[in-house]
Amino acid sequence: MSERTSNRIFDIVNITFVALFVLFCLAPFLHVIAVSLSSNRAITSGEVTIFPIELNWNAYINVFSNNAMIRSLVFTVILTFATTVLCMLFTVAAAYPLTKRKLKGRKFFMYLIVITMFFSGGIIPEYLLIRDLHLINSVWSLILPGLVSPFNLIILISFFNNIPASLEESAEIDGSSHLRTLMSIILPLSMPVMATLALFYAVGRWNGFQDSLMYINNPDLYPLQLKLFQMVQNNMVSELTQMEGANRTPLTPESLKAATVIFATVPILAVYPWLQKYFVSGVMLGAVKG
Amino acid sequence: MSKATYFRRYWQLYALLSLPIIYFLIFRYGPMYGVQIAFKDFNLFQGIGGSEWIGFDAFREVFGMREFYTTLRNTFMLNFLDLLVSFPAPIILAIMLFEIRSVWFKKISQTILYIPHFISWVIIGGIVYQLFGNQSGMVNGVLESLGLTPIPFLTEKNPWLITYLFTGVWQSAGWGTILYLAALTGVNRELFEAAEVDGATRLKKIRYITLPSIKPTIVTLLILNLGKMVSIGFDRPYIIGNTAVREYSDVLSTFVYRVGLESGQYTLATVVGLFQAVVGLVFIFGSNYISKKVTGDGIL
Repeated sequence: MSERTSNRIFDIVNITFVALFVLFCLAPFLHVIAVSLSSNRAITSGEVTIFPIELNWNAYINVFSNNAMIRSLVFTVILTFATTVLCMLFTVAAAYPLTKRKLKGRKFFMYLIVITMFFSGGIIPEYLLIRDLHLINSVWSLILPGLVSPFNLIILISFFNNIPASLEESAEIDGSSHLRTLMSIILPLSMPVMATLALFYAVGRWNGFQDSLMYINNPDLYPLQLKLFQMVQNNMVSELTQMEGANRTPLTPESLKAATVIFATVPILAVYPWLQKYFVSGVMLGAVKG
Repeated sequence: MSKATYFRRYWQLYALLSLPIIYFLIFRYGPMYGVQIAFKDFNLFQGIGGSEWIGFDAFREVFGMREFYTTLRNTFMLNFLDLLVSFPAPIILAIMLFEIRSVWFKKISQTILYIPHFISWVIIGGIVYQLFGNQSGMVNGVLESLGLTPIPFLTEKNPWLITYLFTGVWQSAGWGTILYLAALTGVNRELFEAAEVDGATRLKKIRYITLPSIKPTIVTLLILNLGKMVSIGFDRPYIIGNTAVREYSDVLSTFVYRVGLESGQYTLATVVGLFQAVVGLVFIFGSNYISKKVTGDGIL
């Protein structure tokens, strides 16, 4: 076998494997999309694989005409946006001073922050703290506990440290205050890493579930994930009871659940491609230092 | 520099820093203060300060619970099996991606492969249910139409375990390639060219150049992963798990949630949480120490 043919065989096998893996990542989404667009009859008879059968938009019409669902979506969008903005403000506010080597107490503050990456009080003391602060059933219980991620903070600090010091010095000689230097020199140069961290915070909040399970019992304040969890869980329960012989029909139609899954996924898929080129470098910085 | 000039020069920085520091003191150190209820007969009405000290009584009670050992075993078991299955996947995938010459195909593949990392476990749970449910799951539908017996993916222990591990690979394999691919871009291209001149095949190049050059990354990540053996996230086992498979799916984090927040036994749950935090700390520092010894590279 010549070298060229063996090379070609290698390429074909390799590309096939990667393509299969890509399909493996994609197929579950395709199936859920197909279910969300198929008729209930086709779903219950198990005909749906990755193409919709008896195409219809009923599930989406249902979701979009469900007030509670729309409210939950709007609430989650606002919550995610507000959380991301606040998290970025706090992370920048911590990162910038900590890059100043002459700042007294800098090491102490660094230790104070890094320790929390390795040790935490655990969820029970956290719950009791939120309770004592009267934040149960308050939006703030979903925002405040995660304001600064030490991991993201370290990424930002190392990025700031890589900005040439001469830029800042010349601004200072011109009489710029620290705040102005930060706003007009450092931040504009840091947009890629800022975008990455904002993505991480936003995805974390959008996907966050355990805190809402613990702190929120008011259905008006259910984030989308908690709502979705309850839909899926209800069905799990009915399925389990069916296994034990009770003959009940599932509480929620499958297509409705599938539509909700898609509904909760689309916003991430919408922002993600725009930020992809940035986050790879963000992960690298984090992996070296974090 | 006098104190006054120092302050005039730096007050803005301290003002900026004060907000995050207050955050850390309240929301990160506050719960650490609360850890003391592990040693107290905690009573909601008397609060953390007012409850009575009981020493290690709650620890004795926890260490006498059979459930505690089941959850501890499950935590190790799920983490260990996960490592076995999920750890090699990104290495293989990264090598395959690295060998792809078509730039557009590589880019599209990577974009899609990263996506599952950004999907919440709640959504993955919904997808898993749609695919593997007993009644309405697609996979069982296909099996049935082929005349095969359906598999209780979610309601029997061993099939559940495979479903659990599978979702882990699905969620993390693509994302895990980032670090390996970055290590590979640092490899000197001349090595590959020299090997080609010597007549090395593609497989030989992978074996003698590609793999050795990511070996340090592999070893470091492996050791650090071993350091996370007792820490397990809450969402995945809680959402993928259910009462039918609790014997396998109940882990330390879900146990803490159940005992603490569902049954209100705050002291016992705090003890379990504290146990997990302390053992976790030992593991992390241990693995970091080993990592430094072996590879000269750690995280700390």
